[in-house]
Amino acid sequence: MKRMALTAAIALLAAPALAGGADDDTLVVNGEIEMTTKADAPDHLEGALDQVISGWHFRSDETQQLQTDDFENQGMIFVDAAYDAWNTVEGTEEKSCASCHDSPEDSMEGVRAVYPKWNEEAGEVRTLAQQINACRTERMGAEPYGYTSGEMANMEALISVQSRGMPMNVAIDGPVRETWEQGKEMYYTRYGQLELACASCHEQNYGNYIRADHLSQGQTNGFPVYRLKNAKLNTTHARFKGCVRDTRAETFQPGSPEFVALELYVASRGNGLSVEAPSVRN
Amino acid sequence: MASGVRPRVKVPRSASAGETITIKTLISHQMESGQRKDSDGNTIPRSIINRFVVDFNGENVLDVKMEPAISTNPYFEFEAKVPESGDFHFTWYDDDGSVYEDTQTIEVS
Repeated sequence: MKRMALTAAIALLAAPALAGGADDDTLVVNGEIEMTTKADAPDHLEGALDQVISGWHFRSDETQQLQTDDFENQGMIFVDAAYDAWNTVEGTEEKSCASCHDSPEDSMEGVRAVYPKWNEEAGEVRTLAQQINACRTERMGAEPYGYTSGEMANMEALISVQSRGMPMNVAIDGPVRETWEQGKEMYYTRYGQLELACASCHEQNYGNYIRADHLSQGQTNGFPVYRLKNAKLNTTHARFKGCVRDTRAETFQPGSPEFVALELYVASRGNGLSVEAPSVRN
Repeated sequence: MASGVRPRVKVPRSASAGETITIKTLISHQMESGQRKDSDGNTIPRSIINRFVVDFNGENVLDVKMEPAISTNPYFEFEAKVPESGDFHFTWYDDDGSVYEDTQTIEVS
């Protein structure tokens, strides 16, 4: 009995080492893009978090390494696919993305880092996905992409790549404030039969296990994310939906005003972290 | 018919004679196993890359037979000793008869 108690005590002592908190590695992509993967928390997180940490730090060395080289990052395959889509003429206006925006390298630099953001003309907060679909329906006369479809994820990745290494800098004041407050309230609201808020896992328990996996802070700087479990790019709202489902709640729909508000708030929690998309996670 | 197939290869541009270099290859391909059914219960026909061959200056370096259990976007990394300058020639064979090729030149000093 005594020996068992002792073993248990040792197991408890050893637990922190196994718990998979953020490691101290540094992320450099292709030997040239130095990523800020830990940053002082933005002011609005005072009292909640001292430091914001990229989900990259919570993954195994093997998974982390995949993101350090574009050849091994399979998310880049989907970026290539989006280059084809970028130059493909679609819709009644007979335009492609390139007709207005030329090359993504020139026109899309820095775009990913500031989304979601206020669209003055539409009088609403828009996510990158909504803006892509607005372009498709209003300017190209084409069918919108499904909000969490592969085509959408690929296009988001192509646009995000142009901002890699730049700090997330989502505005939270001015006209977006109301939406941001709504997102914040959602973040701390418990949902579902399990009565879990976003904060229950991603603020109070990051670094701890959830079943066999490590909880991260749930940052969005790496989205769309290439996941090893499904070998494709995954969008922010698909992830939100999965999380809410896991609380055993009826979920909001991808692209709904609720998830847009939540995306704005969660993105603002990562202000200061580098845009990593497409990142690699398990 | 497989769509969106794109071979990618990474070979160092230069090496010294007799050096062992690392070669990385990846081909985007859905690798449909032939074991799955669609929503109507019909079997989705098998469509995979079934063979991957690498030659250096006409001499075979690698010849891989691939099976349905191999995952989507198959990635191969291997080492090769290069005695002289020349071309690495990569060939992937698709179930549908398509052949995808790539060639990379290496300078050996």
